[in-house]
Amino acid sequence: MTLIFKLAYRNLLGSGLKTWLKVAVLSLAYVLITWHYGFFSGMYRQAARAMIDDEIGGGQYWHENYDPYDPLTLDDSHGPLPGEIKSLVDRGKAVPILIRPASIFPQGRMQQVLLKGIDPAQDILGIPAAKLGADGESLPLLIGKRMARSGSLKKGDYIMLRWRDSRGAFDAAEGRITEIMETQVPAIDSGQLWVPIDRLREMTMMEDEATIAVVKSGSGPQPDYGGWKFRDTDFLLKDITAIVNSKKISAGIMYLILLFLAMIAIFDTQILSIFRRRKEIGTLMALGLTRFDVIALFTLEGALIGVLALGVSVIFGTPVLYLTATRGISFPSETIDDYGVAIPSKLYPAYSAGLIIGTVLLIMGVTLVVSYLPTRRISKLKPTEALKGKMS
Amino acid sequence: MPLIKMENIVKEYPMGKARFTALKDINLSVEKGEFCGLIGPSGSGKTTLLNIVGALDDPTGGTAVVLGSDISGLSHRQAAEMRSRHMGFIFQTYNLLPVYTVYENVEFPLLIMKMADKDRKNKVNAALEWVGLSDKRKSRPGQLSGGESQRVAVARAIVKRPELVLADEPTANLDAENSHNILDMMVKLNRELKTTFVFATHDEKVISYLRRKIHLFDGKIVKDEPARGKE
Repeated sequence: MTLIFKLAYRNLLGSGLKTWLKVAVLSLAYVLITWHYGFFSGMYRQAARAMIDDEIGGGQYWHENYDPYDPLTLDDSHGPLPGEIKSLVDRGKAVPILIRPASIFPQGRMQQVLLKGIDPAQDILGIPAAKLGADGESLPLLIGKRMARSGSLKKGDYIMLRWRDSRGAFDAAEGRITEIMETQVPAIDSGQLWVPIDRLREMTMMEDEATIAVVKSGSGPQPDYGGWKFRDTDFLLKDITAIVNSKKISAGIMYLILLFLAMIAIFDTQILSIFRRRKEIGTLMALGLTRFDVIALFTLEGALIGVLALGVSVIFGTPVLYLTATRGISFPSETIDDYGVAIPSKLYPAYSAGLIIGTVLLIMGVTLVVSYLPTRRISKLKPTEALKGKMS
Repeated sequence: MPLIKMENIVKEYPMGKARFTALKDINLSVEKGEFCGLIGPSGSGKTTLLNIVGALDDPTGGTAVVLGSDISGLSHRQAAEMRSRHMGFIFQTYNLLPVYTVYENVEFPLLIMKMADKDRKNKVNAALEWVGLSDKRKSRPGQLSGGESQRVAVARAIVKRPELVLADEPTANLDAENSHNILDMMVKLNRELKTTFVFATHDEKVISYLRRKIHLFDGKIVKDEPARGKE
């Protein structure tokens, strides 16, 4: 086998530009696939981190009627916290949030929003709830930058709010925007106004009630209490997981097509190579190589292209991947908002050992297969025919 | 014991539904150290016979014993092993490996034999000296003339000191001067190394060098004349 390896290596180097063209295509595939999958892994990691920090903490208790995907459930999704959850709140291990539908009238337009009541003194979520602690007659409001943009709102603006209390009666008040927060999580930003929970409870006559309670990050799994079900982080992250996975799959399909095209090129050149080198194959057999040796030689030549490509991709891919992983990739804010998930303005791809090994094995494996398949013709090739430059 | 012993050799090829008979009832014996040739026009079966001797092809009928082995009974691997250890081939179109240098082309049969580095180097250098191409060791086949290419092919064929060298129209692509140079070299090799040479040729220049001429016509040996060529 050492001989075959030596011969394959010599043949590859001797082929010059043809070899390096194939190496260039494959090395690009190595780096591109690794980079793009790393990009999605980084996106998931950062999005999940941002959601844990600003929205879901270490999990959430949900009122039994609460369904975030069905706005009609919001009217009935409130109730007093059970003693066990209240105890968590008292010990600073959880923060209750009351969610109520409302309307606002920015610049004469009506816009449906969610009012979210939260304790300004909480430190469980990363949002600047302390800004809701401002004294004054008007209701302090905290909104995100997306909400500010969609409603053309800015800090210090007054807006009229209308809501219904627990008995269904409409009420209205004026609120003042005390802060516009920067958050990567659209789910706590778009169409939402954060208010002090005590004020919201008072406004809606829902004393000591909440819709959800966010448990402090790192608290571990929690039991259900009464109608309040605990939703862990895996459950709460399933949407972003599904989105990233679907994007990975669609990107994967694209790369499979690219890889397929690259492999077709290798397959074709391998067939062409066998056709053009049939006299050489005959000579090799006449000189004492067996058909198996010749098949191994041609297969190894193809496989070595994968190895050379790996070497080349290490040379130019390592700095590219390292720089993107450490310096991040910036995105324009419009792109981020359109994406619909929590994406930071600077994304840091994450390259795991599994990703790199998986990519290498995938490309090497496919290269080996497409290098081998055309060589099966050699097993039927008679040396005498090959020497004449014919294919049997 | 003869180096080559052929008895009632028949070779047929399928040709559509019919069969074409390339060799008919060939009986032949070649002793060690002979310098002989299979002579005949195109289509007379000389290359087919040479291929059977070289274990590159099987006879359809009859017995071909070469270097003590029955060719028909050899597996692909055994045939390859026999070619690699005991035979050298010289082709009309040289058949040098284009991406290798002259040195590497000559070294190739020794690599297949898994010869140690030092021995290999000595033998390659000796073979290149034999054919007078020591100064071209780093050249590639594309940089050589026809005569030089065939000399490399000869060096490749004799580098392992085989018992049998099979040459198929070795001078067909060479001019007269180069043909004579190559043939003189082969005669010298035959005389000094006792290597048996079997040619397939219809080139008068080659024929004039042969000590034994085996005439083929239409797949049959029509004349076997032991005669002295130039020496």
